[in-house]
Amino acid sequence: MNIITRPHKLRGIEGRIGIEKISRRSVLTGLGIAGGLVLAAPVTSRQAFAAYETGAGKMPHGTVVDPRVFVAIASDGTVTIVAHRSEMGTGVRTSLPLVVAEEMEADWSRVKVAQAHGDEVKFGNQDTDGSRSTRHYLMPMREIGASARVMLEAAAAKRLGVPVTEVKAVNHEVVHSASGRRLGFGELAADAAKEPVPSIGSLKLKDPKDFRYLGKGQVSIVDLRDITVGTAQYGSDTRLPGMKYAVIARPPVTGGKLVSFDATDAMKVSGVEKVMEVQGWPWPSKFQPLGGVAVIARNTGAAIKGRDALKIVWDDGANGKYDSVAYRSELEQAARKPGLVVRKEGDVDGALKGADKVIVGEYYLPHLAHVSMETPVAVANVRDGKAEIWAPVQSPGGTREDAAKTLGIPEDNVTVNVTLLGGGFGRKSKCDFALEAALISKAIGAPVKVQWTREDDLRHDFLHTVSVERIEAGLDKSGKVIAWRHRSVAPTIASTFAANAVHAAPFELGMGLIDMPFEIANIQCENPEAAAHARIGWFRSVSNIPRAFAVQSMVGELAHATNRDQKDMLLELIGSPRLVKLDSVKDPWNYGEPFDSYPIDTGRLRRVVELVADKGGWGRSVPKGHGLGIAVHRSFVSYIATIVEVAVDDKGKLSIPRVDTAIDCGTFVNPERIQSQIEGAAIMGLSLAKYGEITFKDGKVQQGNFDNFPVVRMDEAPLITNVHIVPVAADTPPSGVGEPGVPPFAPALVNAIFAATGKRIRALPIGKQLET
Amino acid sequence: MIKLKINGQERNWDGDPDLPLLWFLRDEIGLTGTKYGCGQALCGSCTVIVDKEAVRSCITSVSDVVNREVTTIEGLHPTGDHAVQKAWRQVNVPQCGYCQAGQIMQAAALLLDNSKPTHDQIREAMSGNICRCGCYQRIENAVHLASTGV
Repeated sequence: MNIITRPHKLRGIEGRIGIEKISRRSVLTGLGIAGGLVLAAPVTSRQAFAAYETGAGKMPHGTVVDPRVFVAIASDGTVTIVAHRSEMGTGVRTSLPLVVAEEMEADWSRVKVAQAHGDEVKFGNQDTDGSRSTRHYLMPMREIGASARVMLEAAAAKRLGVPVTEVKAVNHEVVHSASGRRLGFGELAADAAKEPVPSIGSLKLKDPKDFRYLGKGQVSIVDLRDITVGTAQYGSDTRLPGMKYAVIARPPVTGGKLVSFDATDAMKVSGVEKVMEVQGWPWPSKFQPLGGVAVIARNTGAAIKGRDALKIVWDDGANGKYDSVAYRSELEQAARKPGLVVRKEGDVDGALKGADKVIVGEYYLPHLAHVSMETPVAVANVRDGKAEIWAPVQSPGGTREDAAKTLGIPEDNVTVNVTLLGGGFGRKSKCDFALEAALISKAIGAPVKVQWTREDDLRHDFLHTVSVERIEAGLDKSGKVIAWRHRSVAPTIASTFAANAVHAAPFELGMGLIDMPFEIANIQCENPEAAAHARIGWFRSVSNIPRAFAVQSMVGELAHATNRDQKDMLLELIGSPRLVKLDSVKDPWNYGEPFDSYPIDTGRLRRVVELVADKGGWGRSVPKGHGLGIAVHRSFVSYIATIVEVAVDDKGKLSIPRVDTAIDCGTFVNPERIQSQIEGAAIMGLSLAKYGEITFKDGKVQQGNFDNFPVVRMDEAPLITNVHIVPVAADTPPSGVGEPGVPPFAPALVNAIFAATGKRIRALPIGKQLET
Repeated sequence: MIKLKINGQERNWDGDPDLPLLWFLRDEIGLTGTKYGCGQALCGSCTVIVDKEAVRSCITSVSDVVNREVTTIEGLHPTGDHAVQKAWRQVNVPQCGYCQAGQIMQAAALLLDNSKPTHDQIREAMSGNICRCGCYQRIENAVHLASTGV
């Protein structure tokens, strides 16, 4: 995701810069620890290496593997481990510190987690997106933990006057078994801090069979209790002395501008203190604020009431005619004509001409809004050339850079405190809301909270794209698929950064289009042009949603056309277990990972299909009106297959008695959180399939809240979602979990609906299409 | 001057009597456990208990709760160990956790009204509360656990 946004950033090991600027004091204050140890010293930054290579080193600022940055031990034995990734519900704030604790033999009950502020020079890349936290940091965190363990053991050996080979860290102590003497981590902290940090090459990592925490799923998230008693701190919960509350009226059309406003009535509202213009940036505005009119008040309720009383004249600008009905037709027309060829094997035109039968599927998927339960919100305190921000951001490092640029002050003068995120789903990887707070605070000289209402969230989101996916599949006389043309046309995320970007970016092509894994002789993927008229951004699993929907729906269509079982058709198309070569694709994107470590492995793809078929009872008999559907998709370098059982009643109302999902995400840390992510992915998949649609008319979003942008509620949720995790060898590289559960759900559902009713859904949302 | 009783404590308000209770709780007296989600009583994130009923504080004005007992997540149980809170922890319900205070208050109100709800009754009673992370299966199981002990 950083390809376009911050190309200027240092990458890889070049990210080892500025180390001398970080003092021991800054480590301690950052952790809020008084006294005690302290594995804190001048920091060096090192590149992690491992049995397998990941793309971590290529992320902006790369990876920092240093126990003195991530671990502190107080003299009472309390171990503090830094979580440098943002917590939005995946459990990462627990999982990565748990990995450190595992390797250093810390007792988890004596571990505290401290959230890192935004500082990528110090902590390495912090962009919590792309389902890559565990993928990129499992091994570095193990190395950090192992380094701390070695330092503690060295300190203990010196204290006891024995060779270091005779001592061993065990559950928060270092034990000399020959004499039975033991020293607690707290007692050793000060001495351990003076030990040299071992070279990564010298570290001996734990044998996975000795793991106490990893892979067990027995540890609850660190914020569990706080969440249940209401003390967990989200972005919206930040309170500062003298803090004001603001809401902003933003241009209703993307790229629109403020012409004039009348604040007379707004200023009469009880509690309203000030009305002011907020600077906006020209389209395409990247992550910068849209501008508008801010109402500042003593509380949020007054600010909202004040905003309702504003009279504003807008200039709608170039996107004032954006109309979803007309745009759909434009996309369909584009998908029916040749487009930019992005993958080509064999001769698709010839094979389609010579085919015995050609099946054509054209699929439409509309814009989606993220609607995280916590709307965008941020607090900023800007004064005397310094800025402090508290915000639920997925990208604290990027937020810091952008805030510095927006305010015109050095990055060193900006502190970004990362709160818990009340959901993110990609929305909070864009920091526009934090920049708004910074601009307003600077203008009024006081701390301010900018609160987005739900209407703001729906109307000014960085939306999931809107797309038409058209697949033509040619079959020979025996029913074998010999030709596959996939045209994917959708406005690109690149349009949010570059004017006139009309083709998919490499990372979008790599999400289910050019990496299509089927074993077919003639394959062609095309990407016709599409212009954007709204802010387009990353939405959980991104382009994989429309691509998986199209490809896996087409599998269902082919099964029907050839009178075969869906699962058998799917396995036949996947073909033999092999590593898919994308030789015809120039520089294919693989989620930023090297293909050597993360190939497209159809053996693993087949295995999740077979596993879910086995565990999910594929082929079982179901009651009348019920149907089973299956789909599989590789995304974020993980392999996921889903079976949905649907029940459609005689009025066309659908319910979901059961979902089964099999996931192969390589080595994993916390299976219990994988399960929760997949349970949630089924709900999100069902929401987008059943209801998800943002539409535009006259350039304006027509939806505003959960009444006209519904999401699934408990009474329509699947009765049960079973999650089956593929066990893998311990050295299998870890892969994504947060996002890849979403893409296979909707196609499995429409395949199930077809099995239940004989109706083929080709456009989402399902809405009223099944009603009779 | 409006006098309110929140979590057993007297509170005064001399501002706009139409101010939604949600913003009074969060911004004026710092009880931030109650969350904003939609402002239209569509999502349940802001649920508090007024007397014995679950109420959406985003569309309830401060003047509506005069002479009534308002309970927020902070006041549900003195040590945070209400049966519903304990069940939530046992089942590991939350993902991001943002909606959970509202979910817990809704569930606590349900159990005040019906101490042994069936699964269907749980699903119906909780369907006004949206969880975008999709923790519904666990919420249902946790409410069942809180009511039955199993």
